[in-house]
Amino acid sequence: MGMGMKLTLRVWRQKNRMSPGRFATYNVDASPDMSFLEMLDVLNEDLIMKGEDPVAFDHDCREGICGTCGLMINGVAHGPEQTTTCQLHMRSFKDGDEITIEPWRAKPFPVLKDLMVDRGSFDRVIQSGGYISVSTGSAPEANATPVPKDFADKSMDAAACIGCGACVAACPNASAMLFGGAKIAHLGFLPQGQAERSQRVLKMVEKMDEEGFGSCTNIGECSAVCPKEISLDVIARMNRDLIWASLTKGGEKERSSGGG
Amino acid sequence: MTVETQPKTGVRPTTEYRVSLDSKTPAGPIEQRWDKHKFDMKLVNPANRRKYTVIVVGSGLAGGAAAATLGEQGYNVKCFCYQDSPRRAHSIAAQGGINAAKNYRNDGDSIYRLFYDTVKGGDFRARESNVYRLAQVSVNIIDQCVAQGVPFAREYGGLLDNRSFGGAQVSRTFYARGQTGQQLLLGAYQALSRQIAAGKVAMFPRNEMLDLVVINGRARGIITRDMTTGKIERHLGDAVVLATGGYGNVFYLSTNAKGCNTTAIWRAHRKGAFFGNPCFTQIHPTCIPVHGDYQSKLTLMSESLRNDGRIWVPKNPGDSRSADKIPEDERDYFLERKYPSFGNLVPRDVASRNAKTVCDEGRGVGPGGLGVYLDFADSIKRLGRKTIEERYGNLFDMYARITAEDPYKQPMRIYPAIHYTMGGLWVDYNLQSTIPGLFVAGEANFSDHGANRLGASALMQGLADGYFVLPYTLADYLAQAPLDKVSTDHESFRETESDVTGRIQHLLSIKGKRTVDSFHRELGQIMWDECGMARNEQGLKKALQRIPELKAEYWENVCVLGANEEVNQSLEKAGRVADFFELAELMCLDALQRSESCGGHFREESQTPEGEAQRDDANFSYVAAWEFSGDTSKPILNKEPLNFEYVHPTQRSYK
Ligand code: FES
Repeated sequence: MGMGMKLTLRVWRQKNRMSPGRFATYNVDASPDMSFLEMLDVLNEDLIMKGEDPVAFDHDCREGICGTCGLMINGVAHGPEQTTTCQLHMRSFKDGDEITIEPWRAKPFPVLKDLMVDRGSFDRVIQSGGYISVSTGSAPEANATPVPKDFADKSMDAAACIGCGACVAACPNASAMLFGGAKIAHLGFLPQGQAERSQRVLKMVEKMDEEGFGSCTNIGECSAVCPKEISLDVIARMNRDLIWASLTKGGEKERSSGGG
Repeated sequence: MTVETQPKTGVRPTTEYRVSLDSKTPAGPIEQRWDKHKFDMKLVNPANRRKYTVIVVGSGLAGGAAAATLGEQGYNVKCFCYQDSPRRAHSIAAQGGINAAKNYRNDGDSIYRLFYDTVKGGDFRARESNVYRLAQVSVNIIDQCVAQGVPFAREYGGLLDNRSFGGAQVSRTFYARGQTGQQLLLGAYQALSRQIAAGKVAMFPRNEMLDLVVINGRARGIITRDMTTGKIERHLGDAVVLATGGYGNVFYLSTNAKGCNTTAIWRAHRKGAFFGNPCFTQIHPTCIPVHGDYQSKLTLMSESLRNDGRIWVPKNPGDSRSADKIPEDERDYFLERKYPSFGNLVPRDVASRNAKTVCDEGRGVGPGGLGVYLDFADSIKRLGRKTIEERYGNLFDMYARITAEDPYKQPMRIYPAIHYTMGGLWVDYNLQSTIPGLFVAGEANFSDHGANRLGASALMQGLADGYFVLPYTLADYLAQAPLDKVSTDHESFRETESDVTGRIQHLLSIKGKRTVDSFHRELGQIMWDECGMARNEQGLKKALQRIPELKAEYWENVCVLGANEEVNQSLEKAGRVADFFELAELMCLDALQRSESCGGHFREESQTPEGEAQRDDANFSYVAAWEFSGDTSKPILNKEPLNFEYVHPTQRSYK
C-alpha cells in the first residue's frame, strides 16, 4: 500500500548478548502520521511474512512515560525531536531518507538482541540508595511537614526522569550523572529526604562507578537529548552533595535543609 | 457471614449454579468492620516470617507495594514482572491523580462520602464493605507516599494541594502534575528497591508468569519464562499474589501499554479461580482518535480537559467543513444540551456513549467520522491563553506531537477508547480468590469499582490493596494454612511445566500464514464492535460465533518464527493472544447474561425512555463469578448477591 514515504533503514541486528552484530538494510513504506515504532511494526510484519526474524526492540507504554523505548536514530538518542522514541513521528523525516537505527551503546547497557539492551545497572544504582527508608505504616500525617512550593516543584522537575538511559547513550563517557543526579535532587529537595542525604550520594556515586558508568566532563549531551528535559543543575547539585558528604565523612552534620 | 447463592430468575443460556460464594465480609457496623477484622485475623510472629516465601507477580502499584511491604515485614518475597524493570509497570501512565478522604479543603468530604460516591459511581455493583475499607485506608496512602518522597503538588503555604476530578463535588484528588501514576509508582519502586538491596525481595524482571501451580488445592507456585533466554522455570511459594493489571488489550487498541495482558489471571482462572464480572470494561471518553490501520495503541488525554473544553459536533450529518467554518448555531454541544447540570463533566460512561451516538448519526468529525470536538476557544477567550497553557500545556503539546494539529488554534478531536477493566478474578474480603493461597490485587481483581470506576480511584485501590490490605490478610492465611512440605519436584510442577512447554512448542510448530498481530487486530475489532461501548443480544451472539472460529484459525494458521532459546517477541505475543481469545468469549457470555445496563455495561435492550442505562436490580444485583468448566464456551455462572445496607440503589441521573 502506498503510504507516502519510502525509506531505507539501516538496522543493527545482533542475535544475542554473545554474538557480534552487523547492520542490515531494509526498505519500508511509511506514512507521516505513524509513530516511529509503528513504522518498525510495519517493517516487522513484512519481515515475518517473508519468513525473516523480526527486529527486536523494547517498548511498552508508547506514550512517553514508562521509559522502556530507546533507540539511537541517526546517531542521536531518541532521534531528532528531544522526545522519547515512541513519541517521535515519521513526519520528522522525508520521503527517500535513509535512517540508521542502533541500540544504546554503553558498556553498562549490554545488548540483549538487536536494538534491545539490559539496563539493570540503573536499577542497581537506585537499590544502592535512591530511596527514603520508611516502612509501610510508619508515616506521620501528610500535612505535618510543609514543603515550600518552590522545593516541591524542583523536586518534581527532577523526579520526572523516566530512566530510559538516553543520557548515558548520548554521553561520550557513558556517564549516568544526569540519571543519578535527578534521583538525588528529587529526594534532596524534600525535608523527608534529608536524613539519608549524604549517605545516599556516597552510595549512589560509588555504585555508578562500580557498574562501569563514566565520569562527567560537562559536555551536556545528556540533558540535550533528555525527553523529560532534566537540567544539568542536578549534576552540579549532586557534586555539591558529594563534596559535603566527603568532607563530613558521610556524617549527617548540620546543614540547611532542602535548597542546599 | 455466609452469603448464599441462589438462582433468582429463570434459566439463562450456559448458566448453572453450583457453589456458595463466601465473601467473608465481617459483620457489624460498616465503620468498624475492617478494624475488627484486623484484630480477629491471625498474625505471623516476626521471627517466623522468614520461613515463608510469597510470590508476587506484577510490580505496579499493587504488586510493587505488596512486595515492598511484605519484605519490610520479614517475609521472603519473589517478585516478577515482564518489563525490564519494576519501575515501568503500566501504573506509571496514570495521569490525573489519587483520591483520598483527607478533607483538607474542609468542603464536606469524609470517608463516608468517598465510600458513598464510589458505590454510587459504580452503579451499585460493588461490595459495600470493600469500598468502605478502601475509603478508610485512602488517608494512610497519602501519608505513606509523602513520607516516601512523592512530590505531590503543593500550595504556597507548603501544604498539599487538591483538585476536584471527574465531576466529584469535593476536592479530594491529590496529584503530581500530570504524572501522578509515575510518581506513586516510583515511590513503591524505591521502597521495593530498598528491600531488594536488603535481600528480602528477589526481583525477576523480564520474566513472565505462564501458569499457576496448585498443589492439594492450594496455590503453591508459578511457572515462568525468562524472556531473554526462553528458559522455563519453576518457583515455589507458600502463597501467590497476582497483581498483573487489567485486560483492556483484548480489544487490541486500548490505552494500555503494549505488553499488558491477561495470561496470569487467565491461567489462574483455568486452574480454578473464578472470574468476576468480565464484561465490565471502562471506556474513557477523551482519547486521541485512531489515525490509520497501522495504529498500535491509543493515547489518553487527561479527563481534566473536560473542565475547560466544550464538546461538540456539527448539527447536520455529513457536514465536512472545518471547525472554524461551522457557525455557532450549526453546532451541537450535545452534553450541555442533554445534561444541563453536569454538562461536559458527566461521568465517563455517559460521555463516551453520547460521543458514539452522535458519530453513529453521521455527525462525527475527522478521518472516518470517528471523533468529536473538544474546543478550548471559549476558555482561551475567557481565561487567556496563558492560563490554559499553565493548566494543560503538556497535554496540548502531546496532542500536537501526535496529530500535528495545534489545539490552541483548532479544537482537539477526541474519541472514546478502552481504558480500564473493572472485571477481574473474583476475590473475597481478604482479596483471596477461590483458590486458597491465591490472592489478587489491583486492577487484576474484580475490584471495588462495580460497573464503573470513578476518576482517580485506580491508584487508590492499587496502593490500598498492596500497602494496607494484603499484608494483613496474607499473614492470616499463612498463620493457619496447613502448608505441606513440597518441592519443585512435585508432580504438579512437572505437569504444569510440561503444559507450558507444550503450548510454546505448539505455537512455534504451526508456521502458518498470518502474524500474531493480524489475529489480535481482528479479535479486537470484533470485541470493539460487539462488546464495546454498546452491546446487544444479536451482536453478542454473532461475536460468540465468530470468536471460536477465529481462535480455531489461529491455532492452525498463526506464524511464530524462531525458537524458544532467546528473545522472541512474537512468541511472547502469541501466548498472550491465545489467552485473549478465551477471555473474549467469556466476556461476551457475561455481557449476554447480564441483560440489564449498568455503569460501563450498556445493553441496548435496557435503557430509559431518554436513552440512559437502565439497571435491573431485581434480577442483576449480583457479582457474576464464572467458573472454568474445561470447555471455554460453557463456563459455569456462580453468583454473589450484593446487599446494600448503607447506600440505597437509585437510578443515576446527571440531568
Ligand atoms: S514506550 Fe514507554 S516511553 Fe516509549
